[in-house]
Amino acid sequence: MASLNVNGKALEVNADPNTPLLWVLRDTLGMTGTKFGCGAQLCGACTVHLDGQPVRSCGTPLSAALGKKVTTIEGVGATPAGKKVQAAWAALDVPQCGYCQSGQIMSASALLASKPNPSDADIDAAMAGNICRCGTYPRIRAAIHKAAKGA
Amino acid sequence: MTTLKNPARRSFLKSSAAAGGALVIGVALPLRFREAHAASESAVNAWVRIGGDNSVTILCARSEMGQGVAMALPTLVAEELEVDLGKVKVEFAPPGEAYINSMLGAQLTGGSTSVRDGWEKMRVAGAQARTMLVAAAADKWGVDAAKCHAKNGMVMGPGGKKATYGSLAEAASKLTPPKEVALKDPSKWRYAGKPLKRLDTAAKIHGKAEYGIDVRLPGMLFASLAQCPVIGGKVVNVDDAKAKAMPGVKHVVKITDGVAVVADSWWQARQARDALNITWDEGPNKALNSEAVFKTLAAGLSKPGATIKKQGDVAAAMGAAAKKVEATYEMPFLSHSPLEPMNFTADVRKDSAMLIGSIQFQQLAMGMATQITGLKPEQITIKTTFLGGGFGRRIDCDYMAQAVEISKAIGAPVKLVWTREDDMTHDFYRPASLTQMNGALDASGRPTALSLKMSSTSVTARLIPPLVKDGVDPLMTEAILVPYDIANQSVGTVINETGLRVGYLRSVSHALNVFANESFMDEMAAAAGKDPYQFRLSLLDKQPRFANVLKLAAQKAGWGKPLPKGRARGIALMEGYETYMAQVVEASAEGGKIKVHRVVVAVDLGRMVNPNIVQQQLEGNIIFGMQASLYGNITLKDGRVEQQNFNTYQLPRIPETPKIEMHIVKSNEKPGGIGEPGMALFSPALANALFALTGKRQRKMPFSLA
Repeated sequence: MASLNVNGKALEVNADPNTPLLWVLRDTLGMTGTKFGCGAQLCGACTVHLDGQPVRSCGTPLSAALGKKVTTIEGVGATPAGKKVQAAWAALDVPQCGYCQSGQIMSASALLASKPNPSDADIDAAMAGNICRCGTYPRIRAAIHKAAKGA
Repeated sequence: MTTLKNPARRSFLKSSAAAGGALVIGVALPLRFREAHAASESAVNAWVRIGGDNSVTILCARSEMGQGVAMALPTLVAEELEVDLGKVKVEFAPPGEAYINSMLGAQLTGGSTSVRDGWEKMRVAGAQARTMLVAAAADKWGVDAAKCHAKNGMVMGPGGKKATYGSLAEAASKLTPPKEVALKDPSKWRYAGKPLKRLDTAAKIHGKAEYGIDVRLPGMLFASLAQCPVIGGKVVNVDDAKAKAMPGVKHVVKITDGVAVVADSWWQARQARDALNITWDEGPNKALNSEAVFKTLAAGLSKPGATIKKQGDVAAAMGAAAKKVEATYEMPFLSHSPLEPMNFTADVRKDSAMLIGSIQFQQLAMGMATQITGLKPEQITIKTTFLGGGFGRRIDCDYMAQAVEISKAIGAPVKLVWTREDDMTHDFYRPASLTQMNGALDASGRPTALSLKMSSTSVTARLIPPLVKDGVDPLMTEAILVPYDIANQSVGTVINETGLRVGYLRSVSHALNVFANESFMDEMAAAAGKDPYQFRLSLLDKQPRFANVLKLAAQKAGWGKPLPKGRARGIALMEGYETYMAQVVEASAEGGKIKVHRVVVAVDLGRMVNPNIVQQQLEGNIIFGMQASLYGNITLKDGRVEQQNFNTYQLPRIPETPKIEMHIVKSNEKPGGIGEPGMALFSPALANALFALTGKRQRKMPFSLA
């Protein structure tokens, strides 16, 4: 049994320390907002924050998350950047199918937390790891700019 | 998919088992809306439930896979029901007779039909429920219903009488539904036609929307399935000793499509699956490769095939031509790759079954479930969640059947989840195709003849065989006829099985046919020494809706105006799903890489439910079209699909996104579909831009500068 800090709460988890954090969140803890897309760190659907840094939870073993603060889509709205990002996402109606959007919002929130006023090039660099099959990219870019302006 | 001229319901009902996993779908759907809700609510009709607390639930009978139906269809109901749309709860409908898509003849989401099918039906549903609520109030008050009216969830009567919908719903639900109802004049609409924000956005940005992969039932186990690397292969022998000894593993089950490992968690199941040692009979496709597929398709071009159109005398016009043009266009197999991998949850018991997940074709799911479980439709509950993308992949029910088989075998609820690699290598692929085109120009440069022959595989022959008549698959011939005034035409198709299973993918055959036709029109214009826009426009005198969008796109794009060095424009035009569209694409090719800078879209889709969603769909379709144009290429070697994940099957990413400008024609025509056509049209518009830029034709997708 290990203690994992998720969204400010210490949760007891009983799982092999090699289990990817994604599956600990989804199956062990029942927090299904974080999505499985590729399992190979290629699509970004599983993005969460470890101590504020965006990581692909499908490629992060549980052991690497112990002792760190895990933030997921269920909790990112409690951070100043996450709140702004979600508000901008709502204002511009970004999602279509919505499946990748948890990961998009996590990447965008981490970007804004470190660069409050990102350029298009910053957005390209921070968001290129997040695939959207529905093609919501024009609205994602617009929403990040909007969030930077205070949404 | 296209509109089928004759509702194909009978055909669907008669449809029977065919190759590649299709199952009997001949099931009558139960009309079960009256019992499928909580006691605190009353079902006024199949679409509207009202709670004692005045809550309003509107059922959505189409699958929400991003295209916005869960907003658009309830908007139409709420418009007539006179309720606050912002407070409406939307729930996905169970399988039921009332929920059949009249355009497709089955309970199925596809073919950009949802709004076209629901345009009147959903408003009538809302008006019918409203009329019943008003009648219930009039009965209660003993007044003439004509003296009462509904507004904002209340019925108002003479002398200031008021009653909430919640207080009337139970009485209303017992009334006979009116046969005819009056619909509002569009000038009175509060919601329809307005660019409203979607009701599902809040859940989707907080990680709260439930997709199939998120379903959890009490006592549920998790499964991972080993399928033969060659699709269609069978298990000969399995050594599961190592897998069974791994942590959390509960069962190893042999099912039709392979060997499933069932465990306490999915990660355990997946690890143990990879520890199975399976001997496969790889079946007849074990040596199949891409070269063989295209050889088959090429051989098809010299077969007679089926005639789609014959007008005038093509041979004579070719003989008399001042100039002839000839080209063959090649399209590869494509994967759907929705971001949510295939997965499904089933709980099969002795006398009941529960199926939950991401489903596009509820009626097929029901047919499959009755066949595998031996239960009657009344004993089977099917729930549709949000879909993490569909694009046609979730019309097929292979992954659902697998979960049902596993649950039946172990006697417990189970969630089967595929890996991305499973998903990419076991898709029903968009068919590869070859299209041969010939054209004739007279001395003035006017086209006098056009012939087209398309060789491809029929999805319909696998999934809905009765719809293929006299060698014609109506879902292979979409947009195959050009709108242009060309006197002599010959258009035909040849259906060829290539060995790899195929499925409907967004825009279906529009993508194949529009690419060939609109690339070829560009080639004819070049051969005639004419501007490709003017050339097209000169042939559209009898086609005002086509001409209108073509002119609009050209004008907004600044057609003919100078561009920065190293950039060029291409133009293309189509009709699909009763929507007329033109696109102008601006591209460059620097450092050996194609870059799309700007896309101007002009579209006439008639009336719209929600222009915001229309814009979302246009934006998304451009990106989807970029994928097919620049990357999409499923190849086969030794019977295996070579692409496994997003490193070898690439999807566009945010840095590649062009500027997209949309111009929507104000129109009172009936609604056209918007979920699909934009994707098909992007490819020829880009191909034509690349020709203008480099002088080299792009006749093969994905495009290459090499």
